[in-house]
Amino acid sequence: MAEAIIRMENVNKWYGQFHVLRNINLDVSLGERIVVCGPSGSGKSTMIRCINRLEEHQQGRIIVDGTELTDDLKQIEAIRRDVGMVFQHFNLFPHLTVLENLTLGPVWVLKRPKAEAEADAMKYLERVRIKEQALKYPGQLSGGQQQRVAIARSLCMSPKIMLFDEPTSALDPEMVKEVLDVMVGLAEESHMTMLCVTHEMGFARKVADRVIFMDQGEIIEENTPDEFFDNPQSDRTKLFLSQILH
Amino acid sequence: MAANLSPTLPDDGPPRHSVGLIGWLRRSLFSSPLNSLLTVLVAWLLLMAIPAMIEWLFVRANFSATTAAECRASGGACWAFIAEKHRLILFGVYPYDEQWRPLLASVVLVAVIVCSCLRRFWKPWLGLLWAAALTVVAILMWGGIFGLQYVENDRWGGLPLTLILATFGIAFAFPFGLMLALGRRSHMPAVKAICVVYIELIRGVPLISLLFMSSVMLPLFLPEGFSIDKLLRAQIAIIMFTAAYIAETVRGGLQAIPKGQYEGADSLGLSYWQQMRKIILPQALKVVIPPLVGIFISLFKDTSLVVIIGIFDLTQAAKTAVADAAWRGFSTEAYLFIGVIYFIFCYSISRYSQHLERHLQTGYQR
Repeated sequence: MAEAIIRMENVNKWYGQFHVLRNINLDVSLGERIVVCGPSGSGKSTMIRCINRLEEHQQGRIIVDGTELTDDLKQIEAIRRDVGMVFQHFNLFPHLTVLENLTLGPVWVLKRPKAEAEADAMKYLERVRIKEQALKYPGQLSGGQQQRVAIARSLCMSPKIMLFDEPTSALDPEMVKEVLDVMVGLAEESHMTMLCVTHEMGFARKVADRVIFMDQGEIIEENTPDEFFDNPQSDRTKLFLSQILH
Repeated sequence: MAANLSPTLPDDGPPRHSVGLIGWLRRSLFSSPLNSLLTVLVAWLLLMAIPAMIEWLFVRANFSATTAAECRASGGACWAFIAEKHRLILFGVYPYDEQWRPLLASVVLVAVIVCSCLRRFWKPWLGLLWAAALTVVAILMWGGIFGLQYVENDRWGGLPLTLILATFGIAFAFPFGLMLALGRRSHMPAVKAICVVYIELIRGVPLISLLFMSSVMLPLFLPEGFSIDKLLRAQIAIIMFTAAYIAETVRGGLQAIPKGQYEGADSLGLSYWQQMRKIILPQALKVVIPPLVGIFISLFKDTSLVVIIGIFDLTQAAKTAVADAAWRGFSTEAYLFIGVIYFIFCYSISRYSQHLERHLQTGYQR
């Protein structure tokens, strides 16, 4: 296996007195695809949000692509350039067109020429099959379309790592598939390192190299998807799986 | 057989008494006994007031009298008084023969403001246009070169002075207020504390006392022989005062922006200033256009408070015109005249803000 692109060592975090992350140890190697699942409030979103410092960890070390996350703003910005993130509620910028949403990062952060960034953006919009909406505003698109724009926006930064924080859980049921298809396509066509918090077990089986199960801030179990679903080890995992696979 | 998809019942229109003029009357004016009574009462009041007003304003008004007595004899409004005094009201005690200069300066100022409001002028060279316009205004008002007689700003007055105070007031208070709003939400305790103290202190004091302080107290703190011009001091007081209100309004807009917008911007690696400039402020300011415009309109009218430190703005000029012994007793006409001028400017600002709101609508409903 290649060396770890993300390394979390004994990471701990508290919200006030509440211990959200307990001794998290996780190595993710380059190109690896990981699905994180677990009951609500288990700390899975918090864990992946620590990787690009949307949340701050209080103990332990997080090293992303050789750079340790500290309070140094320059380092945080450098890591964020390499780590794309897709949110549950899309977080598109409503006052900018789809195309402007996509070129904002490349033009202002990566300092690329506007024409080049736009050409690139159109390429990614085509990849998520939404090219014809380039000049609309996010508010004029459906939820599934917005989430695909959000994925394209992250891809425009040419990240080494993509984080997905429950990308389909705010969508109407009939739109989940179009977003998952894009994510599967992304996993199959590129060698992007992906961390995905999701309850879409079909997606996990199809794409993931490893499934991580979290509960009460701890990593309880990790395994290949087939082993994880067919042969869960801990009681908590069994209980969780029985609740979601009805 | 093809399926019949048209409705089974015939297409009748809505009942006749619910549409058209009759429908409107029923809904809006006579929907209940109390409303009917109020409608009749208001109609009666209007019938009493409007004809009398028209008679005073136009029918019996005197447009051409040469003396006050002649004007008073006609029994209506004395517009001849305005004809006689309009230059005093508009330009104050600016040298009479040079009054084309403040007139031209006002036109230049209004023109460049109108240009700044139009989207097709939102280009980098707009800054240059402003620099040029302000230079022209300064040359016209002060003179002293190009053969223009030098006029010190003690003699400036009337509309150009009001426009200058309002324009510079808005132009400087707005960015200053933005910085204060951002500072108040800063994570740096010192910056935050300074901004909070400033905002609360200024908001706790009436503009009048700030103007007094700037004119009476400020010179006490300055070194001997060093003085700041009276007009500039009033301008600074207006800017400081307005900025505090702008800051609180903008803070409201900033708080209306969902956390996800910050996170979305963070995740792209945008720096703090890039986030503010490209993501947060454009949205926050759009939300607060109505209250912000309210502040600008107040500022425009509050410039009239500078009279208390002896600056000769539009209101003070009208007061002076009214005080002329030869034309005593026409204060209604004078104040109506300046009222109309204030209204034209304030209403234009208000209309423009409504236009801007519609223009910036991107169909996003949160």
